Amino acid sequence: MSTAELLAKQEYKYGFVTDIESDVIPRGLTEDTIRLIVEKKNEPEWMLEFRLKAYRHWLTMTEPKHWPNLDYPTIDYQDIIYYSAPKQKATKKSLDEVDPELLRTFEKLGIPLSEQKQLAGVAVDAVFDSVSVATTYKEKLKKVGVIFCSFTEAIRDYPELVKKYLGSVVPTNDNFFAALNSAVFSDGSFCFIPKGVRCPMELSTYFRINNAESGQFERTLIVAEEGSYVSYLEGCTAPKFDRNQLHAAVVELVALDDAQIKYSTVQNWYAGDEEGRGGIYNFVTKRGKCAGRNSKISWTQVETGSAITWKYPSCILAGDNSIGEFYSVALTNHAQQADTGTKMIHLGKNTRSTIISKGIAAGKSNNSYRGLVKVMPKAEGARNYTQCDSMLIGSTCGANTFPYIEVMNDSSSVEHEASTSKISEEQLFYLQQRGISQEDAVSLIINGFCKDVFLQLPMEFAVEAQRLLGLKLEGSVG
Amino acid sequence: MLEIRNLHAGIDGKEILKGINLTVNKGEIHAIMGPNGSGKSTLAKVLAGHPQYEVTAGEILYEGRNLLEMSPDERARAGVFMAFQYPIEVPGVSNAQFLRLAYNEKRKHLGEEELDPLEFKDLLKERAKVVEMDASFMTRSVNEGFSGGEKKRNEILQMAVLEPKLAVLDETDSGLDIDALRVVAKGVNQLLTPNNAIIVVTHYQRLLNYIVPDFVHVLANGRIAREGGKELALELESKGYDWIKTADNGKGAVAPAQ
Repeated sequence: MSTAELLAKQEYKYGFVTDIESDVIPRGLTEDTIRLIVEKKNEPEWMLEFRLKAYRHWLTMTEPKHWPNLDYPTIDYQDIIYYSAPKQKATKKSLDEVDPELLRTFEKLGIPLSEQKQLAGVAVDAVFDSVSVATTYKEKLKKVGVIFCSFTEAIRDYPELVKKYLGSVVPTNDNFFAALNSAVFSDGSFCFIPKGVRCPMELSTYFRINNAESGQFERTLIVAEEGSYVSYLEGCTAPKFDRNQLHAAVVELVALDDAQIKYSTVQNWYAGDEEGRGGIYNFVTKRGKCAGRNSKISWTQVETGSAITWKYPSCILAGDNSIGEFYSVALTNHAQQADTGTKMIHLGKNTRSTIISKGIAAGKSNNSYRGLVKVMPKAEGARNYTQCDSMLIGSTCGANTFPYIEVMNDSSSVEHEASTSKISEEQLFYLQQRGISQEDAVSLIINGFCKDVFLQLPMEFAVEAQRLLGLKLEGSVG
Repeated sequence: MLEIRNLHAGIDGKEILKGINLTVNKGEIHAIMGPNGSGKSTLAKVLAGHPQYEVTAGEILYEGRNLLEMSPDERARAGVFMAFQYPIEVPGVSNAQFLRLAYNEKRKHLGEEELDPLEFKDLLKERAKVVEMDASFMTRSVNEGFSGGEKKRNEILQMAVLEPKLAVLDETDSGLDIDALRVVAKGVNQLLTPNNAIIVVTHYQRLLNYIVPDFVHVLANGRIAREGGKELALELESKGYDWIKTADNGKGAVAPAQ
């Protein structure tokens, strides 16, 4: 069997739908829709203003359809449901009061939430369609001063912190999808790590889209105060539906002096079928601001799902000596398309950035790396190292690299390396000759190719990511 | 153990092997010699199941099974091993990781329990002595940045770990200096038992001073042109291959070996 045939056999095991009664608003988007969301969520006046400002700006913007190397039909923004929430008790005393159907759903996804079964060492915020349904270890974290809760709770309980940082990294008018998100976002996670605290466990959010007609617009805000440290993980899945669904999230990170944020994503949204029917449009704005001296923000992403991925997790290196890192594996198969990469904006002195991108394209897919390294005049002594490697499987896929480099002083150094390779028949034959099946051989080669990125992931996530790549490529590995 | 009958095979529609007959029994060492382009390496690759080579006629029986119906990995698990002339690099995959995966595939095939990384490390340390390989090679990516000699030693290390029943060494001596050649040959000799067999494919007689064959088969134009004992290799060394070619032109292919 050829590699290409093997690839066609993949199965998506998260494609089930949860049968649950939901509170769904009519489809379409107007100012009234926004007022309705604000009312449902019982939000203060300042949030309504924030949303309306974003919405009014969004109306003046055009969708970025021309510069990314992507092709998809026009999205009808009036045909999307902007709020869908499972019906449940308004206030829950304990996680065990969460609808058992929801607990079962997350357990099936490998995310047990109930008190007895919680994952050790990882706190989870579980987001189902438009709302957060449960957050584990909230109380335990609070004891060390770490705030980890749903965005809805954050707006209610910590309005001053939210007001101070919301939109401070990604302004409401930043881009088309960020503006849309700012107008209609319904939930997400909020993390605050106070001065000098090393967060005692990994924080994570698991995003699940369930409703076939709704979009998911969530927001994550992480603030790490002086000298603090946090490692945050994000996972995502959705059922198999024939129509495309929009996921437009915004993630903002703020790192103050000497603070470190490590943000890891394993994205496995439904990718559509072999012909490209259905799947998630993953249009996401992620940006971190190294606001303080010696601060560090590190993005690691493993992108395997979605019909289309459009995202550029970026770092604004404002503080002197701050460090930005981007480690990415993007795998596309069948008719998937990805245009992903990063932006490293060097503002402060002696700022450093590292970009390691591994793109793997199979089937008829199209996989592009797009990255900007910008060194401003005052960023003396700034350094960047970029390495972009692409691997092609078969002859019907495509891989592109679009590096943009702007350096505005002469004391900085920027390095860029790129390579494109193919899994060769000789490589497969060599491994097979040692008794390794063709599927395991493909998986071994791909995992070797991605090793530099997997090394950055927390242990359990790295194992999951390797398993996932194997699954995505053959359907029978693991 | 191995019986090749009237084997015709080629690549890209071009016939290279034109009727090979060969029988290999347990405990034997066979040398396949011949000038460039005679089909030596093609024979090795057909035995291992290289996907680009096409068998157009004939059959190969391995332990009574039709070898040609087995995929390359099935053949390997059944004990057929080929040491590559040009070992392939696998970036990002450590030698130890690769060897353990291969070793455990074989154990699974035999219905034995897989070894965990620590158990395997002990085994690997033991086997590495066969080719005098340093422990630092185990953590390096498979063949990446290895010198020619190191790559060949790594092939024999794999052979030592996998303990094949039938090992085919495809020009293992090419590109080796005399010291490396000795190490490799010593390793191979240690691995020969009364229950396995080795086919040495080589252009030069040199290697056969160290790995002494029971039988020598000389290929010319895709056929076995001459067969004999180890003294045939010495004769070739002094007379060159032209002698075989001329002789072959005189009387056509010799009768199939029995």
